[in-house]
Amino acid sequence: MELARSMMMILLTGILTDNFVLSKFMGICPFLGVSKKASSSLGMGCAVTAVMVGATAVTYPLYHAFLVPMGLEYMNTILFILIIALFVQVVEMVLKKYVTSLYNALGVYLPLITTNCAVLGVTLLNIESDYSFIESLVNALGAGLGFMLAMLIFSGVRGRLERCDIPKSFQGMPITLVAASIVSLSFLGFGGIVDGLFGGAV
Amino acid sequence: MSYMKEFLKGLVKENPTLVSLLGMCPTLAVTVSASNALGMGAAATFVLICSNLVISLLKDIIPKQVRLPAYIVIIAGFVTVAGFILQAYLPDIYDALGIFLPLITVNCIILGRAEMFASKNKPLVSVCDGLGMGVGFTLAMLAVGSVREIFGSGTWFGIQLRPDFIEPMSIFIYPAGGFFVLGCVIALVNKLSKRTAPAATGCAACPNKEGCAGGCDGKGDE
Repeated sequence: MELARSMMMILLTGILTDNFVLSKFMGICPFLGVSKKASSSLGMGCAVTAVMVGATAVTYPLYHAFLVPMGLEYMNTILFILIIALFVQVVEMVLKKYVTSLYNALGVYLPLITTNCAVLGVTLLNIESDYSFIESLVNALGAGLGFMLAMLIFSGVRGRLERCDIPKSFQGMPITLVAASIVSLSFLGFGGIVDGLFGGAV
Repeated sequence: MSYMKEFLKGLVKENPTLVSLLGMCPTLAVTVSASNALGMGAAATFVLICSNLVISLLKDIIPKQVRLPAYIVIIAGFVTVAGFILQAYLPDIYDALGIFLPLITVNCIILGRAEMFASKNKPLVSVCDGLGMGVGFTLAMLAVGSVREIFGSGTWFGIQLRPDFIEPMSIFIYPAGGFFVLGCVIALVNKLSKRTAPAATGCAACPNKEGCAGGCDGKGDE
């Protein structure tokens, strides 16, 4: 029960209070680039969630099995980015060969993920926060779902923006950023909700 | 003078943050204060110059098929070095940048310059290009960071600017304020340069989309 509670806290914190895009500013490029339509937001969100969980499952054991015993902790950035690049490549090849329908749906998003800083960010943060293996996986899942939620909400906001009369110099990126600011403001309202639900820190 | 030209284009005409709209994550995340922005800019500039130099020297040796992983490894190496230097000499800045220091590795600006410029040009010109882009990035972050620090904390580089009886508008140092200030700064640049806003935003509008391995290859809007 205690375990389930702490897992739930990590998950909800990742999705709501510490949303990767809107509070930690990771993965802004795909957030702004791909969030035009709800369908592509969903596809990108699924792909990112899968890669985050997968990359965490690979990098966490490697870090503790190889880098820590050899005293090479500072090599984590280089190792992790290589593993993420490799992982994305492998996922792409496997999907293409065996699950063609899923590849057709998610395939275009996969190459974008290697340089998505949210993926590298979540693997590094898991190490930094001294999470256990299971906690790391849950944290990665929460981060991915939070990313998807932010993208989905924002795609709706952008649909409305298209039909507005915007001052010329604000057209394009500036108004998108201002809209993102308002969405981010609404997520600020989630502050404290996790502690409220589960009765303080464990 | 072509070296000067390569340096200057990064400052204004092709400013990576405000014109090309690259490297948004660090621009938003570390600009809660002007000194953080300067530290981040300096680290990124260091990595840009070194990676441009090394990639330009190795451009004939690296096979074309594996060039992107090779670039990423070179960049990650210099990012680690930059982290060591900051940790040793400026531990405050190192702590403030936190996770965003290793994340310089996946900064679109650096990979974009490696692919678009350093892999096609001579070493010395590439260094000038890297320096220009780095300084342009730093100046843009400094602008955003100054606005956020002055309004959000009432200080600039830690110097108290506001009289005690005025409450600072702390919304500016929240994430929401970051998005808002960056949007306004880009709008101001659009206004001043009378540039017609690009029809597409984000990756689709990115001039590096041909070369960037990740978020910028134009597939984002499909």
